[in-house]
Amino acid sequence: MEEVRLMKGNEAIAEAAIRCGCDGYFGYPITPQSEIMETMMLLKPWETTGMVVLQAESEVAAINMVYGAAGCGKKSMTSSSSPGISLKQEGISYIASAELPCVIVNVMRGGPGLGTIQPSQADYYQSVKGGGHGDYKMIVLAPASVQEMADHTVLAFDLAFKYRTPVMLLADGVIGQMMEKVVLPPFQPRMTEEEIREKYPWGTLGKLKGNKKNVITSLALLSEEMEKTNNHLQAKYREIEKNEVLYEEFQCEDADYLIVAFGTCARVCQKTVEMAREEGIKVGLLRPITLFPFPTETIKKYAEQTKGMLSVEMNAGQMIDDVRLAVNGKVPVEHYGRLGGIVPAPDEVLNALKEKIVK
Amino acid sequence: MKEEIIISGFGGQGVLSMGKILAYSGLLQGQEVSWMPSYGPEQRGGTANVTVILSDERISSPVLNSYDTVVVLNQPSMDKFESKVKPGGTLIFDGTIQHVSARKDINIYRIDASNYATEHNMLKTLNMIILGGLIQVRPIATVENVLQGLKKSLPERHHHLLPMNEEAIKTGMNLIEKVN
Amino acid sequence: MTTNEIINPANLVHKKTDLLTDVPMHYCPGCSHGVVHKLLAEVIDEMGIQEETIGVAPVGCAVFAYNYIDIDWQQAAHGRAPAVATGIKRLLPERYVFTYQGDGDLAAIGTAETIHACNRGENIMIIFINNGIYGMTGGQMAPTTLEGMKTSTSPYGRNVELNGYPLNITKLLAELEGTCYVTRQSVHNVAGVRRAKKAIQKGFENSELKKGTSVIEIVSTCNSGWKLSPAASNDWMVKNMFPAYPLGDLKNV
Repeated sequence: MEEVRLMKGNEAIAEAAIRCGCDGYFGYPITPQSEIMETMMLLKPWETTGMVVLQAESEVAAINMVYGAAGCGKKSMTSSSSPGISLKQEGISYIASAELPCVIVNVMRGGPGLGTIQPSQADYYQSVKGGGHGDYKMIVLAPASVQEMADHTVLAFDLAFKYRTPVMLLADGVIGQMMEKVVLPPFQPRMTEEEIREKYPWGTLGKLKGNKKNVITSLALLSEEMEKTNNHLQAKYREIEKNEVLYEEFQCEDADYLIVAFGTCARVCQKTVEMAREEGIKVGLLRPITLFPFPTETIKKYAEQTKGMLSVEMNAGQMIDDVRLAVNGKVPVEHYGRLGGIVPAPDEVLNALKEKIVK
Repeated sequence: MKEEIIISGFGGQGVLSMGKILAYSGLLQGQEVSWMPSYGPEQRGGTANVTVILSDERISSPVLNSYDTVVVLNQPSMDKFESKVKPGGTLIFDGTIQHVSARKDINIYRIDASNYATEHNMLKTLNMIILGGLIQVRPIATVENVLQGLKKSLPERHHHLLPMNEEAIKTGMNLIEKVN
Repeated sequence: MTTNEIINPANLVHKKTDLLTDVPMHYCPGCSHGVVHKLLAEVIDEMGIQEETIGVAPVGCAVFAYNYIDIDWQQAAHGRAPAVATGIKRLLPERYVFTYQGDGDLAAIGTAETIHACNRGENIMIIFINNGIYGMTGGQMAPTTLEGMKTSTSPYGRNVELNGYPLNITKLLAELEGTCYVTRQSVHNVAGVRRAKKAIQKGFENSELKKGTSVIEIVSTCNSGWKLSPAASNDWMVKNMFPAYPLGDLKNV
């Protein structure tokens, strides 16, 4: 029988990472995600699975340790919260360019600057539009429950290795800190070096006689060569857009209006939908689970059916850009959000829906 | 059944762990549960609160604007949350609180836990006294499940403290009194 | 004598190690990098550890080190080589992992990564090429640029009041508990080359024995950046760099 546990979202990530055969975690403490490294240190996976857990001297060092580990074809990850994720952007850009698989967790808090330690979704742009320099994308997963924190950790590694790309788990302080029921994933053994050489022949495990040397790099002095790299990356991103879109629909079938929200906001808005329906307003909720790739086609479809959409985010209006691009002017799209670390309450969202959309 | 609860007090009063035990009790009863703490500097002596939801169905928002049951252990918490009790809901307050809600549309209970705990050298189990009071007037969990929940949330080396906690729960069940 | 007679295998007196690839090096004539690359390749070859060695290239003139030595490589972001090497070494503890960094990479932008890798005692070797200048970007001032030394960003000479003092980072690294071997060498003459090669070998041996971090500084020339001929660069180095960065072991545990 599967064991049901009660734990924080941050703890679920740590447990899931160990169980799915992660080889190395490198991190630096920052609220509200420190429980990830704390849990790993407490669980001592180096004594069981052999996983390495190391506290780095900075977020910059941590992401570069991930680069080194990932370059060897190892399953590696780091985690941080908004200000720390800003520091990791250089490394993320290099990782995307060198096509290394890894998982980066961002348990968002309110910014800009040092900001607040309370939950926020203000790093949407940074996560899905780049963040670091250059034309690159990351797959971005937006868990909305503790169960998904565990499940998405496993999924993130699978996608990272499938496409040789960094994958971000974009959560927020609510999902990181709250406790819910969770069924942890089954244990998978870590890959042996032989298996890595077989499956990921690009890894720098040491050049064997007769093999060509492996070089992990993001440098090309010739523009023509760099353009080729870029075209290759862009083709990969189109492939990801084609194959990996994930979303959840809640009471959308007969909806006259649509709320689009991810992560914690989606949880809040689910309640808003229930409240609105009690008042006879037919509202549905579309929850993007992947923020890149974005469920553009699905939203486009709902632009035909509904009279208006509300993008609810804990920021000043970021995802709304992608909703509007999908809707392409067909129906009005408005934004409701709270800033600086405040989670909107379900009735606030309902009022905003009535004011801005249901007229 | 669904019960939406907020517990609020000073950091160090055991607010978060009380919520945790309640959440574990729900888990043992096969319910969906969520436990959402206020986190951060509050943990070090400011006002801390925790939202606990026990439900037979999938829980939507872990963050709420009104509650079935509000438990307040200090005056700032009373001032902040008394208006957020749903009509017909329950407000439980510690006996040290001077200014009590004047609402007539809710059930108000006083539990003189802090004073009793101080007099009887039971401050370490203050939160369990309160929890006993809570399940006396809102039977959302049985004493057995609460004790099981406590056992799950306590590290093994502290399991010898279980009888002491059981006594605190029973004390709380007797101590709580209805004022409105 | 015809060319064919000259390249007759019977006349072979010295053969370059197979670990040095046939890719023409981009280094300026007279630059120390080429010599250090050759020494590294020879040591790896002679120790028979080609299959077990992973290099980390920096940002700087040696960014293309991976083109010249036939082993697995990772190219790190500017200054981050010790962190990248940490990631590799922690997950592949039986491999030989080394970084190859210049003074800007190691002692300016990567100071934190360098100090903390050394302080953790990562079982890696750090090869530190110190020529007192940013060669790749065109001769700007480096943390190790000497007082009064002219560079493109200190055109009137390094002014201590404005720019602070030359950073003797190797001395600092020798203070750390995590380093086991800290030495300063040069490759401007035959004796120096021999000593430098021994130092590199010792660095690898220390990794194998898990003794901690080995730091091998090579006080080097940059004749392009210094705007001197290769021979004059060597003389200038002996006269000016060696007094500031004296050769020899700073620590040998």
